[in-house]
Amino acid sequence: MSHDTEIQGRSQSQYEFDRRKSAVQMRKQVINFAIMIFLTFVAFATVVADFAPTFIKPVILLLAGIQVVLQLYSFMHMDDKHAPFIGVISTFVWVGAVIAFTFFLAFNTIIWW
Amino acid sequence: MSSVAVTKKKGVGAVIWDYLTTVDHKKLAVLYLFSGLLFFAIAGFEALLMRIQLMFPNSDFISAGTFNELLTMHGTTMLFLAATPLLFGFMNMVVPLQIGARDVAFPFLNSLGFWLFFLGATFLHLSFFMGGAPDAGWTSYASLSLYSPGHGIDFYVLGLQISGAGTLISGINFIVTIITMRAPGMTFMRMPLFTWTSLISSTLILFAFPPLTVGLFLMLVDRMFDANFFDHTMGGNTIIWEHLFWIFGHPEVYILVLPAFGLFSEIIPVFARKRLFGYSSMVFATILIGFLGFMVWAHHMFTTGLGATANAIFAVATMAIAVPTGMKVFNWILTIWGGSIKVTVPMIYALGFIPSFVAGGVTGVMQATAPLDYQLHDSYFIVAHFHYVIVGGIVTAIFASFHFYWPLFFNRAMSEKLGYWTFWIFFIGFHLTFFVQHFLGLMGMPRRVFTYMEGQGWDLFNFISSIGAIMMAIGVVLMVLNMLLSIKSEPLNCRDYWGDGRSLEWALKTPIPFYNFKQTPLVRGFDPYWIEKQEGNPEGMTYAEPLGDVHMPNNSILPLIMSIGLFVAAFGALYHPDGESWSVPVMVIGLGITVLAMIVRSVKDDLGYHLHAEEIIEIENELYGKGGNK
Ligand code: HEM
Ligand SMILES: [Cu+2]
Repeated sequence: MSHDTEIQGRSQSQYEFDRRKSAVQMRKQVINFAIMIFLTFVAFATVVADFAPTFIKPVILLLAGIQVVLQLYSFMHMDDKHAPFIGVISTFVWVGAVIAFTFFLAFNTIIWW
Repeated sequence: MSSVAVTKKKGVGAVIWDYLTTVDHKKLAVLYLFSGLLFFAIAGFEALLMRIQLMFPNSDFISAGTFNELLTMHGTTMLFLAATPLLFGFMNMVVPLQIGARDVAFPFLNSLGFWLFFLGATFLHLSFFMGGAPDAGWTSYASLSLYSPGHGIDFYVLGLQISGAGTLISGINFIVTIITMRAPGMTFMRMPLFTWTSLISSTLILFAFPPLTVGLFLMLVDRMFDANFFDHTMGGNTIIWEHLFWIFGHPEVYILVLPAFGLFSEIIPVFARKRLFGYSSMVFATILIGFLGFMVWAHHMFTTGLGATANAIFAVATMAIAVPTGMKVFNWILTIWGGSIKVTVPMIYALGFIPSFVAGGVTGVMQATAPLDYQLHDSYFIVAHFHYVIVGGIVTAIFASFHFYWPLFFNRAMSEKLGYWTFWIFFIGFHLTFFVQHFLGLMGMPRRVFTYMEGQGWDLFNFISSIGAIMMAIGVVLMVLNMLLSIKSEPLNCRDYWGDGRSLEWALKTPIPFYNFKQTPLVRGFDPYWIEKQEGNPEGMTYAEPLGDVHMPNNSILPLIMSIGLFVAAFGALYHPDGESWSVPVMVIGLGITVLAMIVRSVKDDLGYHLHAEEIIEIENELYGKGGNK
């Protein structure tokens, strides 16, 4: 049953395996964190450098999009292929993204042009 | 807590306490059913008053202001507080049984969802006694509602915010339940269609309610704290409300109609005694309708001046929805075709549903033609359209399911004879009321008017329409009477009341014990109960596990306390703009109650309890006599 609350002891090899996995996870998260800080820095830099708004706006939006995907896949564990129902979760997230993007597109192209 | 007392008599107080604290999906289903019915009756009464006012020209039965209040409360209540909970009632009752689960994924949240809905609804209805109900229509367009005096609109905003949170919570709960709690062998493509439509409808709730929440929140700060999101004189834009509302509002109509489709997809195969025709195309059509439902919201705004490009694109997108809907209609007809049809009350509702709903779909496509909509918009034609889809589609599904699922709910059956009377009176009344409204619309009668002058050729049709409304009211009264009479009938104590059940819920003997399945079933194909019956299995299911201990959740009063906290806080928020000195303390106290209850819930571990195999055997013996659930 999914509600069971037994506590299982871990074997030595399980412990070492978990440890190695966590170390890999940790490294990945630190790298992603660095990338995200860098992207934020770039976003600010385009503004400070006083580029044309027609350049700044799409660039910032693009960077924001990348940040969201990074956030979802690395910090919110959507990259974990063995997590239960990960396929369903990805489907929901991406369908939601497509729907939201359609609103954005519709408003920008045919409604408030 | 434990259980041997299932059939023993309990005191009234104990029963009430049991329902206030319950986390059992079947009891919550009963609560949803009765509160939905209550609000259905209230909103129906409001409609009756409006129709009496409109029966004759220049009538002064009710005043213009009261008419606006009745109109607004009728629409808001019917959609948010009657149709939604009634469908949630059936979803709660049937979905866990259909997928072979012992409860929903989050029983505590299930209860929280109900109490939020109920107290939000109560809050909204208190407006009648506290200085006037909302009066800007169920759509509450900002250009009207921002300038509505009194607190009516504030009741609307706060009440819907609270009950909307409940709906969102329940929707998420159903998604998780259907995805994670299916019995072994119940693959996605073996799920009964009602489970499928509940899943897609819950997904629409997940994506559609946040825009409403945002819109209501902006309206709240506009009205209470003098923000200017929708005020064009201050640089706001009143059209933003319309977009937010309809980005929610169009999916909302599909949130309601998809479960109704699902209910008919359960009823029709049972009484045609034939497998549902085109199962996979039904699933595909459901998903497609859900997806396209998000792409068409601007068809409610053709006349706001979006421009020809936007109108054309949204018109075509809207018409596209008719394709998957048509697929479904053909599948139902082909299921009935060549079947060995048994006409019963649920089936006759299904037979009445198909042409009525198609009529509503056809007028929908007419309205989707943007140039024509300039003529039809805001006329009685629109009223006729949406009542054809909502009454002809959703209400018939709900009435059919009362009859169809009554044995599962209460171990009693409703009278077939009275059921036919109800059907014919209601069904004829429905067509009388709304068919002529198409022509009223084409003759130019605007919707949402409290009276009209004589001599415009509208008198006769309005009179006919009001007669129809009275017939519908009689139908509803007979329906309720039928329910009450069923209390006195003999308990059924049987499985498969209709004799031709196909999915798992019919494999259970009524009354259903609170843990549903003593052993988790193994699903061996689509229509599992039908398969077992074909093979002569007297127990109706193959088990996936030996009889063992069952883990069950504990009851809790916390969901009710959390909801009461928000209910109290809403009064503080409501009177805050009046400068009442007590408004802020009341808000703080209310939110404090909610937060405290949340803290208690988080800090106190509640792991549920185990029901032992011996206790299960004892309960089954007590419910079904020696030998248990054989
Ligand atoms: C083939 C399917 C459908 C099409 C093409 C369609 C099209 C439309 C259009 C274009 C309008 C706007 C008319 C106007 O205000 O000028 C409308 C209004 C409406 N429709 Fe439909 N519709 C369809 C199905 C449904 C269904 C299934 C429901 C509900 C279950 C529904 C409920 C409504 C409601 C409530 C309104 C009026 C909203 C208001 O202004 O208060 N429709 N429909
Ligand atoms: Cu619509």
